[in-house]
Amino acid sequence: MFENLRLAFRGIWTHKLRSFLTMLGIIIGIAAIIAIVSTIEGTNQQIKENLIGSGSNAVDIAIFQGEWEYEFEWSGIPEGVSVISDETIKEIKDLKEVKNVSRYNKRNVFGNVFYKDKNLTTGFIKGVEPDYFETANFSALKGRLFTKDDEKKFRRVCVVDESIMEELFNNENPIGEIIEVDDTPYTIVGVVASRSTFEPVINTIEDYALYHQDDSGTIYIPHADWAISYCFDEPENIMVQAKSTDDMTAAGKKATDILNKKIHPEDETLEYKSKDLLEQAMKLQQLTKSTNSMLIWIAAISLLVGGIGVMNIMLVSVTERTSEIGLKKAIGARKSKVMWQFLTEAAVLTSLGGFLGVASGIGLARIISIVAGTPVAISWPAAIVAVIFSTVIGVVFGIIPSHQAANLNPIDALRSN
Amino acid sequence: MIVKLDNIFKTYGESGSEISVPALNDVSLSVAQGEYVAIMGPSGSGKSTLMNVIGCLDKPSSGSYFFENQDVLKLKDKQLSDLRLHSIGFVFQSFYLMNEETALENVALPLSYAGVPKKEREKRAAEALTKVGLAERIKFRPDQLSGGQKQRVAIARAIVNNPRVLLADEPTGALDQKSGAAIMELFQKLNDEGTTIIMITHDSNIASHAKKSYLIVDGKLLEGPSGQEVDE
Ligand SMILES: Nc1ncnc2c1ncn2[C@@H]1O[C@H](COP(=O)(O)OP(=O)(O)O)[C@@H](O)[C@H]1O
Ligand SMILES: [Mg+2]
Repeated sequence: MFENLRLAFRGIWTHKLRSFLTMLGIIIGIAAIIAIVSTIEGTNQQIKENLIGSGSNAVDIAIFQGEWEYEFEWSGIPEGVSVISDETIKEIKDLKEVKNVSRYNKRNVFGNVFYKDKNLTTGFIKGVEPDYFETANFSALKGRLFTKDDEKKFRRVCVVDESIMEELFNNENPIGEIIEVDDTPYTIVGVVASRSTFEPVINTIEDYALYHQDDSGTIYIPHADWAISYCFDEPENIMVQAKSTDDMTAAGKKATDILNKKIHPEDETLEYKSKDLLEQAMKLQQLTKSTNSMLIWIAAISLLVGGIGVMNIMLVSVTERTSEIGLKKAIGARKSKVMWQFLTEAAVLTSLGGFLGVASGIGLARIISIVAGTPVAISWPAAIVAVIFSTVIGVVFGIIPSHQAANLNPIDALRSN
Repeated sequence: MIVKLDNIFKTYGESGSEISVPALNDVSLSVAQGEYVAIMGPSGSGKSTLMNVIGCLDKPSSGSYFFENQDVLKLKDKQLSDLRLHSIGFVFQSFYLMNEETALENVALPLSYAGVPKKEREKRAAEALTKVGLAERIKFRPDQLSGGQKQRVAIARAIVNNPRVLLADEPTGALDQKSGAAIMELFQKLNDEGTTIIMITHDSNIASHAKKSYLIVDGKLLEGPSGQEVDE
């Protein structure tokens, strides 16, 4: 075995250029696979990290009309959908995946928010219960958030986010300033820090649709004040906090089911839907997987072509070394010995190609990551599998040439010289 | 008898067809342990064919062949390989050395087929090279050696497994006279040590070194008196 390896390396070294060219197909195939797998892995890890890193495990559940979030400012209060009762909230809170749940109302801003003579063009107004910020994992950047007292006393106070602070106040401290929301003045008591947002790589329109749930530009008023500015019977959305990242999907589904059982909308396209980040992330992973599985196929074909190249060169090599093989057989090498020698040579050739492929694949992944900005995680199991796989290719495509070598008639072989 | 051929016929191509070539025609030959035999004949007379049959590289079309009382024609491929490995040494006109390997590695090759461990292989290969007078050249590659030296490496390779019979097909055919004479001296020495030698040549001067010689003409083997000159 060791002797075969020595002979194989010597053979490869003697024909350096030819060996390299033969390996090229394998190198390219393996490099492509490693680069693709590393990129997938990197994206997956980043998605997971961002989700866990955000630490909120918050699932936003809102009323949808078909594909779009229902817009109260245009469509009014829908028939058959009532406000969410305390019993329903308790039922959701009792779910084993759920840690906390909080109701809120929401409308789009359309020119109805002013600070002095400055008009806010886009954004959201939310009427939130005091525990909303905790549930959604928002913390105060400046001032304070809402208290039970604000709620009880119907205080005209509001909390804005950083983006409002920037847009209406040029990043000056807005605490104590008064803004008008639909003609009702509210005093700003706090600024929330935006959650460390999940920033997926957006490659396609679909990715954009999946991830476009920009919360920035929100003005929060106490839930109790909602009836002052808007309607007292306006159905709410909820923010659910799951116990863990892995619970997010289940928590979202179960809470949505509970909510949907309570409503009997005339418009049958109306329903609660969860905007589960984890589920969306998985969808994105699925998406990248399916496009990448195509690339993996292409790489596999390149490996096949590489394997055929190896077979071709090995056949040439058998022909070239006819007299060497003949002599070996004449002086007592068994068929199996010759067979193994050539199989070893083919396997060493492709394994070497595999190693070089893994190395260039890692390099390629790094380059892609720099150029395209995608994250990369080198998958060592994949690298090991790739090298083993290339060894297998060598053995498989080496069988025919080795068999041919082993069955050479030594007399014909010796006479050919 | 170490080699016993009886009524050997060998026909290349399908017998009876137009292209069939009768290369051996009713050849019977017995060689005893320790003998030194030369087989002479003009080119195309069937010498190499006979040697391939004796060397268990080729099967005759008919006849019987016993090597040390083993019926060679009944042996399987694997057993034939082992027989060639352990009992027969081959020397060819064109050496057949591997050019990328050193003299030592070339000589050690049959030992690796016999499963001899590396250290032992190197020791025995070096001994064989010393025996053929190349102790100083063991690390040389064939292209760094003269023709006569190459042939001596080939002989070292042939004897490294201590075979019973050394088969040589035109061993001096590619060598100048001086190198040829050195090879003949070496053969004499090996024969004196007990190795049976069957040598094929078309050169009667070379053949005269053997103790017994045969003449082969058109596939027929004729006994020739020892040491007698044979015209081509
Ligand atoms: N494989 C073969 N197929 C057909 N004819 C062959 C083959 N080998 C040898 N011959 C023929 O058999 C005869 C004897 O050849 P060979 O034994 O090589 O002669 P020598 O070694 O005495 O020169 C020649 O006529 C040669 O052409
Ligand atoms: Mg000949």
